[in-house]
Amino acid sequence: MQSKPIALTVLDVLSVIGIGAATYFALVFAPTEAVMGNVQRVFYFHVGTAWVGMVGFVLAAVAGVVFLITKDLKWDRLEFAAVEVSAMFFFITIALGSIWARPAWNTWWTWDPRLTTAAVTELVYIAYFMLRAGIEDPEKRARFGAVYALLGGLSAPVTFMVIRLFRTIHPVVIGNQSAAAQGGFDMESGMLIAMFVAIGAFTILFVDLIWHRVRLAKLEATVEEIKLKNSI
Amino acid sequence: MDTINTDGYMIAGYVVTFASMGLYLLSLYLRKRNLQRDLETYQALNDEK
Repeated sequence: MQSKPIALTVLDVLSVIGIGAATYFALVFAPTEAVMGNVQRVFYFHVGTAWVGMVGFVLAAVAGVVFLITKDLKWDRLEFAAVEVSAMFFFITIALGSIWARPAWNTWWTWDPRLTTAAVTELVYIAYFMLRAGIEDPEKRARFGAVYALLGGLSAPVTFMVIRLFRTIHPVVIGNQSAAAQGGFDMESGMLIAMFVAIGAFTILFVDLIWHRVRLAKLEATVEEIKLKNSI
Repeated sequence: MDTINTDGYMIAGYVVTFASMGLYLLSLYLRKRNLQRDLETYQALNDEK
């Protein structure tokens, strides 16, 4: 049984404090947006979860490459943890976007380039879990997973850049946006602070969850190894 | 311009966020607990052999 490191306990506490602070800044500290009203407050968590989602998918691709070079299964565990945690956060991003879109765009969903690439990205990583679940040999599973994570990682920068390259109704809050964008707003300093607090809080929570998931993956590997030994 | 009342959507957004994170944390806990039980069972079986 692996004992829990003190640093991980500290990270657990920091994550709770961070998410608590991010909630306070989003719901209380940030000013109410003049046109959209309080629904705009989901923006802070939308950006925070999108940020860690994207970082995680890129991290998984990098871990996949390192695994293919080193063949060390610890990189496979990191890759899987990054994909799982990021897929959870990215689901929240999409759900929050849809909830915001209903009053802002008068629809829950539209096949806009940003929404489409985000949905494709999420589906790509759901397929990643299905692929891995279908392979019993740990080495083969890790190899296939690494190649898939590397290719899937390309969807993250595409999703990020699409609102900056194509005509889209998705607003770009920081930077130039498409003329067709709807629902954009001017970022006041209070909003900017709330956004960066959310990004910081979700980054801490992301690292914390990845660490927990890697430890769980280690335990899974140990149990799988014992099962294989007992079945021989 | 009047600000429209979108409080319900905001609440829905935060409920979805915390419910999703809570479910994920619960799944991590349950999977860990089940694996630890499996490990203990296998170790007990090996000790008996």
